[in-house]
Amino acid sequence: MEGTRLLQLNQIYKVFYEGTPDEKIALNQLNLQLNAGDFVTVIGSNGAGKSTLMNIISGNIFPDHGHVVINGTNMSSMPEHKRAKRIGRVFQNPLAGTAPTMTIEENLALAYNRTKPRTLQFGVTKKRRDFFREQLEILHLGLEDRLQAKVGLLSGGERQALSLLMATFTKPDILLLDEHTAALDPARADLITKLTKEIVEKFQLTTLMVTHNMQQALDLGNRLIMMDKGQIIFEANEQEKMALTVEKLLSEFQRIRGEALSSDRALLV
Amino acid sequence: MFTALFGSVEVGVIYAIMALGVYLSFRILDFPDLTVDGSFVTGGATAAVLIVSGVSPVLATAAGLGAGFLAGCMTGILNTKGKINPILSGILMMIALYSINLRIMDKPNIPLLAEETLMTQITSWWQGLGIDSLMEGLLSSVGLGNFIPATWGIFGVMLVLTFVIKKLVDLFLKTEIGLSLRAVGDNTGMVRSFSANTDWLKVLGLGIANALVALSGALVAQYNGFSDVGMGIGMIVIGLASVIIGEAVIGNATIVRATLAVLIGAILYRLIVTLALRVEFLETGDMKLITAIIVIFALVVPKLVDKQKAKSRKKKRAEQLGAASANGGNQVAAAKSDL
Ligand SMILES: Nc1ncnc2c1ncn2[C@@H]1O[C@H](COP(=O)(O)OP(=O)(O)O)[C@@H](O)[C@H]1O
Ligand SMILES: [Mg+2]
Repeated sequence: MEGTRLLQLNQIYKVFYEGTPDEKIALNQLNLQLNAGDFVTVIGSNGAGKSTLMNIISGNIFPDHGHVVINGTNMSSMPEHKRAKRIGRVFQNPLAGTAPTMTIEENLALAYNRTKPRTLQFGVTKKRRDFFREQLEILHLGLEDRLQAKVGLLSGGERQALSLLMATFTKPDILLLDEHTAALDPARADLITKLTKEIVEKFQLTTLMVTHNMQQALDLGNRLIMMDKGQIIFEANEQEKMALTVEKLLSEFQRIRGEALSSDRALLV
Repeated sequence: MFTALFGSVEVGVIYAIMALGVYLSFRILDFPDLTVDGSFVTGGATAAVLIVSGVSPVLATAAGLGAGFLAGCMTGILNTKGKINPILSGILMMIALYSINLRIMDKPNIPLLAEETLMTQITSWWQGLGIDSLMEGLLSSVGLGNFIPATWGIFGVMLVLTFVIKKLVDLFLKTEIGLSLRAVGDNTGMVRSFSANTDWLKVLGLGIANALVALSGALVAQYNGFSDVGMGIGMIVIGLASVIIGEAVIGNATIVRATLAVLIGAILYRLIVTLALRVEFLETGDMKLITAIIVIFALVVPKLVDKQKAKSRKKKRAEQLGAASANGGNQVAAAKSDL
């Protein structure tokens, strides 16, 4: 698997509110390739188009031009729920990844069906429950003993950990993480970061992770890209990334864009 | 009095099936579906027309259920494919169904009193069992001889049917499809990211919800002995009233409990209306108004109670804090006096 081209984005162009005074080019002729096993971290200022990029890969929105090719299949016009058979996603908002009125095991059962057609079988069976329990142990949060608890009762950190597990335990071809630690307090964010690292390694997932935290972007993954104004303005491969520091990244950004860091840019640290 | 109350429980059990449908759309799918007012009649109309033309009542009732399923699916398609908002999709279907129901019946009212219906079949089968005379003896012996309902058969059979349907709904909501249906109402974006076709699920869910509503309509038409084009007016509010009253009394912690709450809510609703109509100055025509008031009460009162609770909790806390700081002040004073 290692080395095969898993995701290919060709000349992706997306504009919002086209032809109005609010027109906004979110992605501008963006190209990106992910090989199997890649773990790419994505940084960039607010409004750079990072979330739009994730949404275009997942099929939540469609590009105006350009192709999304996953595992050799052109998926540019395939609806989100069909692509989801190959894609796992965790959102920034811990409330977004789970169903609050349903129990932990029911949520896992929903996620379990990502790769299989849904039938009139029971979603939670004895066998699956054992499997879910085993998977939850990876999180070390004791959730395996609370299978029948409603997810709405969990803390933000617990919900995000569960979302991460739900997105990954069925081994998607591609894992998309969009600032999935940004809404958490520092301790919880560290926990989720650590779990992310462990889970990506354990399941050997090809991953694209957006983060606001430069240090996190440097600590995780084998490649790094920096986005601005809908384009990738800087890329570091495995060797280059190892030599990078937060200071170097900031000066790189300044050099390329030739702008002093606004207060917004400072958020990047 | 007893006869009137018994009658309302009997009717409540039949309407409970409709309320289960409303529960599915309103609570499970989070879709306030107004199709109900039309699909209830569609069920009654379809069954009535078929019964009059000689089809067996069981088949006719099943056909009514099927017609309701189609109506619900149409609402779902208007919403998901036509991108029309939920309330408007329901209203459009409701209005369209009014004409469709008239077409099905070919006139505003079809009497069934002279026909063989599910109800007449149940009654004659039941009389063969001799349970009614048993109950009569029982009630007479405890001095309730005046309060004997004509038959227990319809009540008994409808109660069993309603419970079977409740159980089926409970089980269905635990299947893989059922789970994803619940998740659509809970977090649509999330189920889609787990490869569920949420459009199709909404269509299916609304189809099932309106199938139950139409089944209830088909049974009510046979129970009342006629199908009328106006018999669905306000049905959605009655369904909502049942769901809300049931939740207030029984709660909705689990699915099994929530569906039980709907059944009990539907019966309680009928009892409340029956009792309200006994008040001197109220007339039958006031029923819709009473229903609306019940729903408003059921919606507003729990909120007021919560608010009151929160208020008194805050007050208590403030008092505790006040007391604590007062104590603190005393301690400082005491410490000073020690000096
Ligand atoms: N659904 C949308 N409708 C309109 N504009 C959007 C939408 N999504 C994103 N945008 C705009 O596109 C630009 C890029 O947004 P986004 O991808 O969310 O940036 P990032 O995630 O990098 O902060 C922003 O200017 C944003 O306002
Ligand atoms: Mg974003």
